[in-house]
Amino acid sequence: MRVCPTEALRVIDGKATLHPEWCIDCGECFKVCPVRAITVEDDDIAKIFQFKHRILLVPSIFFAQFEEKLTLEAINGILYEMGFTELCMVEQGADLLIDEINKYVEEFEGEKPVISSYCPAVVRLIQVRFPSFADQIMRLIPPLEVTAQYYRSEYQKNGVPLDDVGIFYVTPCAAKIAAIKAPVGGYISPINGVINMSELYNKVFLAYKQKGVNENEHCTLVHSTVSSVGIHWPTTGGEANHIKGRALAIDSMPNVIDFLERLENEEIKGVGFLELRACDMSCCGGILVQDNRFLVQERIDNLGQELPEKHALDTEFKEVCSGRVPMSPVEPRAMVKYHPDITIALQRMEEARRLRDEVLPNIDCGACGAPTCEALAEDIVCNRATLEHCVILHAYDADSITIEKIWGKKRIKK
Amino acid sequence: MDLTFQIQGGDFTSAGTASSEVRRTLKELGVDASVIKRVVVALYEAEVNIVAHAYKGEIMAQISPEQVFLRLTDQGPGIPDIEKAMTPGYSTASQEVREMGFGAGMGLPNICRNADVFNIHSVPDKGTTVEITIQIN
Repeated sequence: MRVCPTEALRVIDGKATLHPEWCIDCGECFKVCPVRAITVEDDDIAKIFQFKHRILLVPSIFFAQFEEKLTLEAINGILYEMGFTELCMVEQGADLLIDEINKYVEEFEGEKPVISSYCPAVVRLIQVRFPSFADQIMRLIPPLEVTAQYYRSEYQKNGVPLDDVGIFYVTPCAAKIAAIKAPVGGYISPINGVINMSELYNKVFLAYKQKGVNENEHCTLVHSTVSSVGIHWPTTGGEANHIKGRALAIDSMPNVIDFLERLENEEIKGVGFLELRACDMSCCGGILVQDNRFLVQERIDNLGQELPEKHALDTEFKEVCSGRVPMSPVEPRAMVKYHPDITIALQRMEEARRLRDEVLPNIDCGACGAPTCEALAEDIVCNRATLEHCVILHAYDADSITIEKIWGKKRIKK
Repeated sequence: MDLTFQIQGGDFTSAGTASSEVRRTLKELGVDASVIKRVVVALYEAEVNIVAHAYKGEIMAQISPEQVFLRLTDQGPGIPDIEKAMTPGYSTASQEVREMGFGAGMGLPNICRNADVFNIHSVPDKGTTVEITIQIN
C-alpha cells in the first residue's frame, strides 16, 4: 500500500483495492505483496497456437537471467520446442532509433528536456502526477514496437496473410503489457500477445532441468542479430549515452519523482534529453525478472562485449520501419483528489488537513487501510472512510497509558 | 487556505521546501498545470533569494479558488535600488559566482514575468517584502 507512488491502494474487506484512474501500472505493489495476490494480466502461452507463424520477441534481459552454462543456443532450442517458429531480439529496433531520437531532440520546438517514451510506467506517472510535462514526452515508439513492425512487414512482403502471423512479446514488467494493450497517443500496436517473463523463465528452466540441453536443428536465432548498443538499451544509460547534448539517465521510481519535481521547480535547467526508468537498474530490475538485477546487468555487459556496433539487419530495418509513426501528444490525466470544482476541493482539503494535523495520530501505520494518515483524512472528507477507521485512536481510548509509553504524551490525542 | 514556512538564510539544503509544498497542494486541488508552473517558478526564485541574501524570512501562501497570493518577508540587508535590481541582467553577484553559472541577474525579472501582480518593498538594513499574485482562472 505504501509503495504506491500515486497512493492508489486501499485495504478494503481484507483485500488491496486499486483506484484504477490513479494506477500507473508500475508494479511496485506486485513486487512487495507478501501473498502474491496481485497478478499481471498476461496472455496464456497456448494463445500462440491460434497462429501459423508464431514469432517471439525476446528482450536481452530474458537471456541475461540464466546462468552462463545455459547458453543462448540452449535457451533458443527450448523456446522452439515450446512451439515458437521464429525468435527475434527486441533490441534490433534500437539502432535506428538513435539517429531518430537525436533528430527529434534537435528539431523539438517545445520546452526541453525531451522525455523518453521508453518506460511506460514513467509515461503514465507523468500523465497522472506531472501533467505539465505530458507534451515533452517523445513521440517515437520504442524498439519493441519498431521490431514488431519490421517482422510484420517482412511476413507481409513474403505474401503471408497477416491473420496467420502472431507476434508475441516476453515482458519484464506489467507496464509494458498496459502499453501494448492500452497505448497512449493513439498508436495501435501490432503485437498480438504478451507473455509473462517470470512464467516463461520457469518453463525454460524446468525444461532445462528435466531434459538438459538438446541438440535442436533450429538451434540458431534466425534473426539473432543485435548490436552492442541494442543489447544495452533496456539498462540504465542505454538511451541517454547515445544522445547528443546534455542527456541524463535516471532510474527507480523515487529518483524519477524527485528529479521531475526539481525540474518542475526549474531548479534543473539546460537538459536536452531525459531517460527515465521506473525500476531500479531499469529493466534489469523489472518486476517479472527472476535473477538479481546486478547479475542480469553483468551478463548483459558480458554479452555486449562480443557483439558488433551495428547489427546485420540495420540497413533493412531502416528501409522498412521507423520509430516515427503518426501519434498524437500524450494526454495528461491529472488525478482528481478531492473534487473537480476547486471551491469544493479547497473546502475538503482544508478539512482534511485539519484532521491530519489536529485529530489523526500522524504515524502512518496503515492499519486503517490507507497508506498514510493524510490519505485517510482525504478519504474521510470524500466520504470513502470514517474516523472510526483509525485503529490507533480506538487503542488510545482503550488504554492511553500503554500508547503514551510508546508515543509520548500529546502525540496521539492532541 | 494559508500555508506558512520559515526560511533560514544560507540553508540551501532546504531551499525549495515551500515551493514543493505549494506545488503539491495546488496539484491536489486540480489547478491548471500552467498556473502551477508560474506559481512554483516565481516562488522558488523568491525563496532562494531569501536563502541567498537574507538572515531569515517567512513565506505565506494564501490559496483561494480565484488566486494564489504569496507574501515573502525577510530580515536582511534589503535592496538599495529596486529599479536597478528589476533590470534584467543586473546582478550584485561577483564575477566568481557568475562564472559558476549563478547570479545572471534574472531573479526578480523572472518572478515579475510569472506574476499577475507583483509588489516589492525594501528597507536597507532591515529587509524586503515581496508580494506575488497569480490568478487561477
